[in-house]
Amino acid sequence: MKKILILTTALTGMAFSAAAQELTVMSWGGAYGEAQTEAHVKPWSAATGFAAKMTDSDNPATPIKAMVEAGNVTIDVASIEYADAIRLCDEGMLEPIDINALPAGADGTPAAEDFIPGAVTECAVSTDIWSNVFAYDTSKLTGTVPTTAADFFDLEKFPGKRGLKKGPKAVLEFALIADGVPVAEVYDVLGTPEGVDRAFAKLDTIKSEVVWWEAGSQAPQLLADGEVVMTTAYNGRIFNAAIAENKPFQIVWDGQIYENEMYAIPKGAPNKDKALEFIAYATSTEGLRAQATYISYGPARKSALKDELLYKDGKTVMGPHLPTAPENMTNALETSADFWVDRNEELNERFNAWLAQ
Amino acid sequence: MADVTAALLTTADGRPLKAALAEAQSRARRRAFLLVAPLLAFVVLTFIIPIGQMLDRSFHHDGFSANAPNLVEWFDANPEGTVPDEAAFAALAADMKLMKENKTAGEAGTRVNYTLAETRSLITKTARGADKLAPPFKEALLAIDDRWDDPAVWQAMRSSASAYTADFYLSALDMERAEDGSIQRVEEQGRIYVYLFFKTFLLSGIITLVCLLLAFPVAHLLATLPMAKANLLMILVLLPFWTSLLVRTTSWIVLLQGEGVVNDILLSLGFIGDDGRLKMIYNQTGTIIVMTHVLLPFMILPLYSVMRVIPPSYARAARSLGATSWTTFRRIYLPQTLPGIGAGSLLVFILAVGYFITPALVGGADGQLISNLIDFHMRNSNWSMAAALSAMLLAGVLVLYWLYDRLIGIDNLKLG
Amino acid sequence: MAAASHNDAFVVFDHVQKSYDGTSLVVKDLNLNIGKGEFLTMLGPSGSGKTTCLMMLAGFETATNGEILLDGRPINQVPPHKRGIGMVFQNYALFPHMTVGENLSFPLEVRGMGKSEREAKIMRALDMVQMGKFANRRPAQLSGGQQQRIALARALVFDPKLVLMDEPLGALDKQLREHMQFEIKHLHESLGITVVYVTHDQGEALTMSDRIAVFNDGRIQQLAPPADLYERPDNSFVAQFIGENNRLEGTVEEIKDGRALVRLNTGELIDATPVNVSNKGQKTLVSIRPERVEFKAELLPADAHLIEAEVIEVIYMGDLFRTVLKVAGHDDFVIKSRNTLGQRVLTPGEKIKIGWAPQDARALDPV
Repeated sequence: MKKILILTTALTGMAFSAAAQELTVMSWGGAYGEAQTEAHVKPWSAATGFAAKMTDSDNPATPIKAMVEAGNVTIDVASIEYADAIRLCDEGMLEPIDINALPAGADGTPAAEDFIPGAVTECAVSTDIWSNVFAYDTSKLTGTVPTTAADFFDLEKFPGKRGLKKGPKAVLEFALIADGVPVAEVYDVLGTPEGVDRAFAKLDTIKSEVVWWEAGSQAPQLLADGEVVMTTAYNGRIFNAAIAENKPFQIVWDGQIYENEMYAIPKGAPNKDKALEFIAYATSTEGLRAQATYISYGPARKSALKDELLYKDGKTVMGPHLPTAPENMTNALETSADFWVDRNEELNERFNAWLAQ
Repeated sequence: MADVTAALLTTADGRPLKAALAEAQSRARRRAFLLVAPLLAFVVLTFIIPIGQMLDRSFHHDGFSANAPNLVEWFDANPEGTVPDEAAFAALAADMKLMKENKTAGEAGTRVNYTLAETRSLITKTARGADKLAPPFKEALLAIDDRWDDPAVWQAMRSSASAYTADFYLSALDMERAEDGSIQRVEEQGRIYVYLFFKTFLLSGIITLVCLLLAFPVAHLLATLPMAKANLLMILVLLPFWTSLLVRTTSWIVLLQGEGVVNDILLSLGFIGDDGRLKMIYNQTGTIIVMTHVLLPFMILPLYSVMRVIPPSYARAARSLGATSWTTFRRIYLPQTLPGIGAGSLLVFILAVGYFITPALVGGADGQLISNLIDFHMRNSNWSMAAALSAMLLAGVLVLYWLYDRLIGIDNLKLG
Repeated sequence: MAAASHNDAFVVFDHVQKSYDGTSLVVKDLNLNIGKGEFLTMLGPSGSGKTTCLMMLAGFETATNGEILLDGRPINQVPPHKRGIGMVFQNYALFPHMTVGENLSFPLEVRGMGKSEREAKIMRALDMVQMGKFANRRPAQLSGGQQQRIALARALVFDPKLVLMDEPLGALDKQLREHMQFEIKHLHESLGITVVYVTHDQGEALTMSDRIAVFNDGRIQQLAPPADLYERPDNSFVAQFIGENNRLEGTVEEIKDGRALVRLNTGELIDATPVNVSNKGQKTLVSIRPERVEFKAELLPADAHLIEAEVIEVIYMGDLFRTVLKVAGHDDFVIKSRNTLGQRVLTPGEKIKIGWAPQDARALDPV
């Protein structure tokens, strides 16, 4: 059976395998993929003279397993979620990356100290930090405005519909934070059956008022259409609507749940050495800063935050819009990849059963 | 009698007639086969093999069994219910070392995790420190994590120790193995798949029915209009195919949402008050409306192709024989459109059963269908679970197909 | 059967006009009386309005103006299913999803007839067309001729007084068609029903009908029994449409004692019977049937005018010879002579003289 799998995957892979002397980076497309193309792929290719191109996928982690199993890897670098980076690394699907091979910060700090904790794993390096936050429309909510996670669940103070991501990840944690669980203890609580019940009980309090969204673009749309008074969202989407499209949206950073996005090299990548060079370039202080000028996801190096960053429009200061800004980090939780690798299926089933009730 | 005669017949030069005929036709057959061979190869490669693979994956997962040979041996030697002894822990320790060496702890842990949550991190964590393990292994392993004493963990490993397992089908039926290996239903809070299968089929049935009711008059109009006007109408019918599914779905959101166009119009006409805005989206109603729109052409086209070739003289004949127009429709026209109704319904139903983008975007809390969960498992690389769910969906559709064959007859199916 | 008068006519078309588009008429002022028990055929080229008339009678088209009466009752406002008219369609229109028996049962069921009565009637109708054993077959399992019989039985099973047939034999081969013509005629006589039959096949019309209405351009050109139509066409359209005929153009030289002398455009003089001409000097078209032309002078009246002809081609057709001649500048003049013992066979290139009895040549309106 494995032979057949290899055969079919090889056949489908043939369409892609034409270019060998070219670095292929796979990312998520959209504004995010564009940011990585402009900030990393194009400048790196120009600097090294080695051809490089960007391809899109709904989730770049998904094809990696199939490619590695079939022995026909056609991409060199993939931009994947933190949990996938851990999982694929555990399963031997990724090339290890030595942190000492990464360049020191612009201020000379060695890479191992310059990256914030957790930003470099055995097989992957952070390209940015993005966050689950909630936001509201300042033109609709006047007077008292929500400032804490608890406010999101307070229907008396802020009546009206809520937008929430349709899935347990980052939603259950958010419910617990709003219920008063300190961020440091969220995963301990959620690890117990009582904790899960507590999170769902908190969600029950607003369930009848929730509009569930699935695609990242839906959240700012719901807010713009006036369908909801506040919604959780990926912070970059709200930033884009607020700064690029001049929507009166305000992010509430209290209770934000952030996560690293990782560059990784699939095992057996055709241009493994070049891929490593690319990652070193892209995750250097300059590389991370460059990406942050295109999209409001924070760089994972301390040195990259020292100087003021400007958005590509040349006037918006990025600092306050990044999840990593100190004032945004006062009550913030880092997603636990280990927790979700273990509990994703179980909690997803529970979540869907709860939705259907 | 006829056969006997045929066997005795010979050609003019004395060869048996049958052999001569077979020879004369074999050349033509070979050429015909060569003509269809590329298509056959294509179907086998892109359809039969992947479906076979899917079915295989739904009950085959060697992530643990291939990477924990010592434990597999121990499980084989000791029957179910045996309390793990020092030999078992030694086997465990040996396998952990092996996993660390081969970097397979994640793969093995993933498989066990499907049966029991939180065992993945247990295995990866233990494997990371496997080098330092020394006898007595039980104490050493319990020092790393005391869950190694938990019989549920051992039961989970035992059921993962065989590459072939029905566990994924059990999960797909909201069942699980208890600690003693018996099969039981999962806790009520976690039961979701059976409910979703039922809902998926019910919702698809409703959508099929609504599509049929809407498509029938349109198809009839198309079939009876003069060619030029029919072509124009046909373009309107096919127009939705020209835009992407996402765009169409999004425009429905704009129309139907609480602050949307339809509600605004009803409000300005005074039919509803501002707090009485209709909830037409982010619920089942929305799923039905949008999916009906998306799938309507698949009902219209087969109906149209059947209606177009029903001569108007049948209706005239019925009328001249004394039937009222209603009787004519019910007894003469409708029965003749059955092949189109059957084909269209089957097409729409099967497509509806497999849809997931639309329910995901407009379904809200209760519009989730089984394909959304298949998609979820695909995205999380749990292909076995996705395959088991797909196989059950396939089985459900095949049962319906069989029912259709029994009730209406599969030869009464006209797709174009 | 003689033409019925307006009062006792079974079907009456009274100044009926029909237009589909409001700018042109497909049926122009139609007046027609059909007697009870009559077999009337509407004959004409396609587009002549004959089928439209049938459809108006059946109720599938409404008359734009005028009135149609059935058994003395105006039926313009009566829907088709209440007219009680049996109809046989061009392609039989047997319901494909029903057996033969169910097809026949259908008109009886919609009339609320009981089961035993239905079965008796169905058997009687099937026996009538010698299809008694086929009640459980599907139409698709029958040959064209068998389907035709079933269609006929279905139109008759509910005992209609009037049966309409719209080119019912068009799809059959020649031999079967001739056989069915005979059977339909036989059924008509034995059942005493009134039949209105539409066809464009003149042979069929001549064989079966009591009277034939020849349609052209939305009007009845001539309404007459078959023999009259063939032997004495009223105008050149009918003469040309019914049977084969030779046409010669000329000017009337004189009319005397019911005979006309016509000077052809090429100068020859011929005899004819005046039909649509009355005055000397009128332009005319003389029509002569091929079988009435004679080239053996001894068989012609003594005073007959003869004209020169040249044999172009002789076609052997078994029972007769068909000879193409060049006459008065036309090389499509046809004569037919029976293949009798001692018949003189002409050879191409031969020069002969031909003539005819004056009553066989009809001086009609010029085209």
